[in-house]
Amino acid sequence: MITRRTFVKAGGCALVAFAGAPRFLLRTAHAAQASGKVLVAVFQRGAVDGLSMVMPHGDPGYAGVRPSIALQPPRRGESERAADLDGFFAFHPALAPLVPLWSNRTLAVVHACGSPDTTRSHFDAQDYMETGTPGVKATTDGWLARAVGTRPAKSTPFRAVAIGPALPRTLQGDAGAISMQSLERFDVRAGSDGAARTGFESLYEQGVRDLLHGTGRETFEAVKLLRKVEASRIPPANGAEYPRAPLGEALRQIAQLIKANVGLEVAFADMLGWDTHVGQGAERGQLALRFRDFGAALAAFDQDLGDKMSDVVVLTMSEFGRTVAENGNRGTDHGHATAMLALGGGVRGGRVYGQWPGLGRHQLFDGRDLAVTTDFRTLFSEVAIRHLGVSAAPLFPGFRPTQPPLGILA
Amino acid sequence: MSRMTPGSVAATLMGAALGLGVLGGCTTVKAGDGQVAAPSGARGPSVGAAPGVSISGDRQILHALSRLTYGPRPGDLERVRGTGLSAWIDRQLRPRTIDDSATEQALVELTTLRMPISEALREFPRPDPKLRAQIASGEMSRQEMLERYPVEKRPARIAVELQAAKVVRAVTSERQLEEVMVDFWFNHFNVFAGKGDVRWYVAAYEREAIRPYAMGRFADLVRATAHHPAMLFYLDNWLSARPGFTVPAGPNRGRKAGLNENYARELMELHTLGVDGGYTQKDVTEVARAFTGWTIDRPQTDGHFIFRPAMHDTGEKIVLGRRIPAGGGRDDGERVIEILARHPATARFVATKLVRRFVSDTPPSALVTRVAGTYMSTDGDIPAMLRTIFESPEFFSEDAYRAKIKKPFEFVASAVRALGGRTDAQGGMALARASAEIGEPLYQAQPPTGYTDRGEVWVNAGALLARMNFALGLASGRYPHVSVELPALVAGADPSVPAAVLDRLLASIVADQAGPETRAVLAAQLREPQITRLSPDDRGPANTDVAKLAALVIGSPEFQRR
Repeated sequence: MITRRTFVKAGGCALVAFAGAPRFLLRTAHAAQASGKVLVAVFQRGAVDGLSMVMPHGDPGYAGVRPSIALQPPRRGESERAADLDGFFAFHPALAPLVPLWSNRTLAVVHACGSPDTTRSHFDAQDYMETGTPGVKATTDGWLARAVGTRPAKSTPFRAVAIGPALPRTLQGDAGAISMQSLERFDVRAGSDGAARTGFESLYEQGVRDLLHGTGRETFEAVKLLRKVEASRIPPANGAEYPRAPLGEALRQIAQLIKANVGLEVAFADMLGWDTHVGQGAERGQLALRFRDFGAALAAFDQDLGDKMSDVVVLTMSEFGRTVAENGNRGTDHGHATAMLALGGGVRGGRVYGQWPGLGRHQLFDGRDLAVTTDFRTLFSEVAIRHLGVSAAPLFPGFRPTQPPLGILA
Repeated sequence: MSRMTPGSVAATLMGAALGLGVLGGCTTVKAGDGQVAAPSGARGPSVGAAPGVSISGDRQILHALSRLTYGPRPGDLERVRGTGLSAWIDRQLRPRTIDDSATEQALVELTTLRMPISEALREFPRPDPKLRAQIASGEMSRQEMLERYPVEKRPARIAVELQAAKVVRAVTSERQLEEVMVDFWFNHFNVFAGKGDVRWYVAAYEREAIRPYAMGRFADLVRATAHHPAMLFYLDNWLSARPGFTVPAGPNRGRKAGLNENYARELMELHTLGVDGGYTQKDVTEVARAFTGWTIDRPQTDGHFIFRPAMHDTGEKIVLGRRIPAGGGRDDGERVIEILARHPATARFVATKLVRRFVSDTPPSALVTRVAGTYMSTDGDIPAMLRTIFESPEFFSEDAYRAKIKKPFEFVASAVRALGGRTDAQGGMALARASAEIGEPLYQAQPPTGYTDRGEVWVNAGALLARMNFALGLASGRYPHVSVELPALVAGADPSVPAAVLDRLLASIVADQAGPETRAVLAAQLREPQITRLSPDDRGPANTDVAKLAALVIGSPEFQRR
């Protein structure tokens, strides 16, 4: 059987083979793409505890069910404590680097956001969020790939990029997305002569229609362009300092691709380590350390890109949230709704979007979890439509919005 | 059910294919197209449409070698031809009958491999917490810290040695199918070597909970992993207790503890029933209650399984509609394992994963049904399920032939084997790092799914380049302690006749299975001056750069498949 990705890759490649994709075309496309919009998706894999990330200190149900992991309510002038946002919500203290972005209104929060599907399986829930089709396993491509696919064609191999060891589900499809662990090592290390590079390139250039050949051809297009623009040599600007952790490294390289004007439209990065079943901690501890890297990486990215951020939106997501009450081991088990962030150009920040369902026992989903009041597709489609200018229809098949738009983007 | 040898299956299918002469040259007839009738009498009643055209002769042997081993070595084809394919498969299904002392010898220097957990905990003490504070405050330099606490005395060495051992075994072991299955089951019952105390437990986990049962019974794997401190720690069950439990002693004395459903959920979702296996959130909670009290005795000094009645929830549990009466104690967990291991959803789930590993990323459902049937009728006997697969027409079909894409680790091991390579433990460490660069750092899969078997996930730009770079490094001998036998590979070919060298290489590395286009491209490469370089005096005959040519073959699309 042929998967959609295999098919599309092979078909797409056949086209490239006929058109020849000459280098002058790449160059002209490259010039025209300089002012393009970019969407950066950050996936918090493992289900982040949204109630710790954006703490609802104004909800009377919060502290009581979390005897050892509840954050202290914010108090003016005490930076060790959570940072108040609007009198009801507060950022975890380790997210302090994000507070200025909240204050200058480039950062918004969507709370009680999640999937209409109720699975508590990480893998199914990630799958549903990445394909954009909750409850449907047969979907073969990801919603981000579809978003790219519906925009006008461009002949750059860098329309969609994931930084990481594998291509995430959400970029599988006909976007021709590529993934890489490092810009620096993205080449054939052939020593002084180019024979090996040209040899490999011709091996993958043959007319066979399959995933391997298609990917190979895209790879060498990307290698050539990247060698030309020397993206990996572009230093962080504006004094930005990325944390030396995977998300920081990924965002640093995404910023390099944006600054190199290679025609990037969608980028993706993962952050792991959110599955805090045991000892998640409060102001300090395991989860606080994750938030520290997360917040610092996002803030550094914003600082690095400076004015260019007006063309960029960063959207964070996680497959579900965690139980409202702490479990028997000072951690939390798999829950339902969580919080997501949107940062950058056009985001109407400084606001928490969505309807707060409350933490009272009768208000919880299944009597244990934060209820979902904003379907993640409402948020994602708004960002894709308003920021990338794509149409909603092919993005989330079967999605009938039951709520008004959030209005999160100007 | 009568057992057929692969040969006889092939013969039957060949007959069927020959009877449909028009299909003779077609390689893409799909199952379910209804064009090929099932060979009558060859299968039980569950057989649907036959899976298209079968492969035969040497291609059968190459196919079996590429699926049951980490890839053929030079000479393997001839060896299997000599013993006969079905006899060779039979032996691989009974690994204990195969002498593997040379591999064991190569692993002797990896001392942590055989260490009991208690000894590992003694040998690799935790750093003094004061040390960390002294570094943080600047009181002690990193250099001093390294001297006081050298890398070889850190627990990370346990995982490093285990990685090296995995590579050495994959490259060297004669019990290839068993090694393939150890990798398969480790990923099925994954633990992450970087999580807390798993650092000390991980080698023991593979040695005690996976390897002994990899070619045994599935229920024993579930039981062994459920009891092992590595799994108890990784999925947090060691902390799970009845609601309201107060820790009576130790550093956490007086601390309240309660239910943790992490293990219960993954036990059903990933280890047994599968996510669509029909369990509910209520079942997850009930299973978690059943396993309360299954914990680790003195995790930091001794580290073995213990049942603590005080932590256990003694009430009645209902799991998948089956009642486990109150007061069962430790047996509650054993009962749950029995219920899950005997469940038809488990048979189907395990069968699907096995067929995906050995046949195709899109497992033919008729074969899955038959393998699940074998599971139910043999009480989950792993060799019996494998035999059902290896004797199936689906296994020896054109659809399955070279249809799987190698995982990074499979690619690395198969490349070394294809070049007639050898590695010692040190080389194993270097090769493990190569696997990590291509996307599969060994024993480092953080989520409980382990590493996937589906090719799509592993094929991407960065990983493909990493494969090519590994091919270049390996063929040119840049991996210390890893030797490749290029001269032997091209023995008999005149180095001044590049085309002859290429023919020999393609024959030995991909057993002449390279497509005509690949052959043409490689032949064209022979005109590159760097590949057929002139001899040092610049006047003599061309001298083919065998290493570069071999690297191109290893990095070619064909070699990424098995």
